[in-house]
Amino acid sequence: MTAAGPGMDRDNTGMDRDSTVNDQVRWLIRGVTIPADGHRGPRATDILLGGGSIMAVGAGLDHAGARVLDVGGLIALPGLVDLHTHLREPGREDAETVATGTAAAALGGYTAVHAMANTDPVADTAGVVEQVWRLGRTAGHCDVQPVGAVTVGLAGTRLAELGTMADSAARVRVFSDDGRCVSDPLLMRRALEYVKAFDGVIAQHAQDPRLTEGAQLNEGEMSARLGLAGWPAVAEEAIIARDCLLAAHVGSALHVCHVSTAGSVEIIRWAKSKGWAVTAEVTPHHLLLTDELAAGYDPVFKVNPPLRTEADVAELRRALADGTIDCVATDHAPHPVEAKETEWAEAAFGMTGLETALRVVHRTMVDTGLLDWHGVADRMSVRPARIGRLTGQGAPLAVGGPANLTLYDPAAPAEVVTPAGASKSRNTPFAGMELPGRVVATFLRGVPTVLDGKLA
Amino acid sequence: MKRHLISAADLSRADALLILDTAEELASLADRPIKKLPTLRGRTVVNLFYEDSTRTRISFEAAAKRLSADVINFSAKGSSVAKGESLKDTALTLEAMGADAVVIRHGASGAAHRLAEWVRGSVLNAGDGTHEHPTQALLDAFTIRRRLRGADSSGARGAGLDGLRVTIVGDVLHSRVARSNVLLLSTLGAEVTLAAPPTLLPLAVGSWPCAVSYDLDSELPKSDVVMMLRVQQERMTAAYFPSVREYSRRYGLDVARMARLPEHAIVMHPGPMNRGVEIAAEVADSVRSTIVEQVANGVTTRMAVLYLLLGGTEFPVTEFPAVAR
Repeated sequence: MTAAGPGMDRDNTGMDRDSTVNDQVRWLIRGVTIPADGHRGPRATDILLGGGSIMAVGAGLDHAGARVLDVGGLIALPGLVDLHTHLREPGREDAETVATGTAAAALGGYTAVHAMANTDPVADTAGVVEQVWRLGRTAGHCDVQPVGAVTVGLAGTRLAELGTMADSAARVRVFSDDGRCVSDPLLMRRALEYVKAFDGVIAQHAQDPRLTEGAQLNEGEMSARLGLAGWPAVAEEAIIARDCLLAAHVGSALHVCHVSTAGSVEIIRWAKSKGWAVTAEVTPHHLLLTDELAAGYDPVFKVNPPLRTEADVAELRRALADGTIDCVATDHAPHPVEAKETEWAEAAFGMTGLETALRVVHRTMVDTGLLDWHGVADRMSVRPARIGRLTGQGAPLAVGGPANLTLYDPAAPAEVVTPAGASKSRNTPFAGMELPGRVVATFLRGVPTVLDGKLA
Repeated sequence: MKRHLISAADLSRADALLILDTAEELASLADRPIKKLPTLRGRTVVNLFYEDSTRTRISFEAAAKRLSADVINFSAKGSSVAKGESLKDTALTLEAMGADAVVIRHGASGAAHRLAEWVRGSVLNAGDGTHEHPTQALLDAFTIRRRLRGADSSGARGAGLDGLRVTIVGDVLHSRVARSNVLLLSTLGAEVTLAAPPTLLPLAVGSWPCAVSYDLDSELPKSDVVMMLRVQQERMTAAYFPSVREYSRRYGLDVARMARLPEHAIVMHPGPMNRGVEIAAEVADSVRSTIVEQVANGVTTRMAVLYLLLGGTEFPVTEFPAVAR
């Protein structure tokens, strides 16, 4: 990465730091493992960070004057990238702010998050996306890349000024009405078509609104027993199928948010086999939790899309392993206590996830043998950065590359998750569960945002 | 027995029989000039009603009063709840007032379950959304047992509903009465069949302990009990069925259909009825109909539940007659 200058544009989210980049403290990270793909095998090495970049990689590096981080047994991953984060600011600063949300992200090993557009006001104009982008630069715990709304006010009737948001300082490339589905097929077609002009992608929240009126829980045995209005898998799958066909028809890029059913996986697999530009994400909670957890009517397990069945969870894991699903995205959705301490039907949809995502992936994908750590780096950093059109993020750890990295201790004894964290909200569905591993440190352009598992 | 009654699934066969047998004891009270027992003197029962349901509320109120409990009626309409108070805050308020039992009727499934996490007293689910209504199932079981398992009350005591065929007809999908009845009646040994258009059955109904039929007429000749569920007219607008008339033609219990029932079969309805829709007036008023008995049995059954949850668990049921007399 070069110092700030007139030619620099896409990876400029850290410009506030760039004035000090050349004389910033150098860090020597000793004895870590950079996971490599299977046939090369992992290598233990030192990594030297300086000037915002990786200056050297190799065994026995020595650098006078560098600060040394020497904890045995760590693996180094490229800084994690989240394609799907709700930071709630502006509008719901009681639930989360850009500062607290990005702090949670850093603690979870993230160096970049995509801030969803369903704020108040909605991020549907250049003004709002630039505001969020600036808040991210000020907070500084990780890069904040705003997502723009597809339609004005998320109302699903009129396209927002997508081009103006793309041209703004926030350089928006991902557009989503997340929380609502762009259900009008004509509007969806136009949106997909329009963003081709600036290499944009439409991230669809796939939920047929008519099939899910009043819906509360995955339609199945649990919803029948609990008397909660059913949320059929077909409401997601029908929209995904339609959108894949639309994306193919207009030759544009579709990203499918939070895939939750086995049937959705099958459709995406088919679309990819055709060579269409379709990508997809899965959340940590859909990789681990099922609708059985709703038995106690605790709305901490209420989420959109809903928790599904064991069979869905198994298929989502397989799809993430074989690449049908490209990446893990948290859908971190903080809510204040009162939004969850209520009757199920009254409660808000959503779960926090930034601080636990990597540990959940560790448990569900690595401990099960479905993915190695190289694969985790690919699904949690490389691919989401590529889908989000981010440069300066998601690059493999190599000399000259950006010094965005996450140091993770996979051997840390499993610990019970507690609701208290850096997020302002406490609605983690993993509270009380044991998860393996620990994020030890996170570096953003060579500067630690987390050290020894605490904000630096 | 558990401390709360939230789901009919909370009741073992022994629990259910204990309630029904206790209700039999209490039923003898109803024939006396003084209908009151001192059992729950000094105990406070709160009726917390978020939905208008006069019949259920007065049934619980009568039950608690006949056991000498202090009864507080808390109607959500026009109260702090209408001003936006949360269920949790209401629960804490009731807790502070020392409620020994809270009877809750609520439009949201799981509300009783949530309430039980916030209060120390016993929670009685008097209907939560489209989930359950366990005391309705108990009073239905009581009514069935009295009618079909012993002409005099003593003959029924200790008996289950083994082998009886019960057909529940109508909007099972949205019915808390149906959910509780399927669970309780099957616990008591009855063979339950749900008869409804496919749109009004949960997709996963196959996992329930009952049979399913789309054809009411074929079920009637083998039914000992037919239980008609209320059909709400607004279901039509959500395309659950084309018209009230078509529903009535295919699933309504009219005189012709009633004639297909065996001689001894009874007709039940939890009320309130839509006469002329799911049940014809002639059927509702026939000798087979237990609808009025169900109301009377509701008070007795709810007395039994309150007695057992609040005061009676430590007493063997055999001691009960001494208290009653």
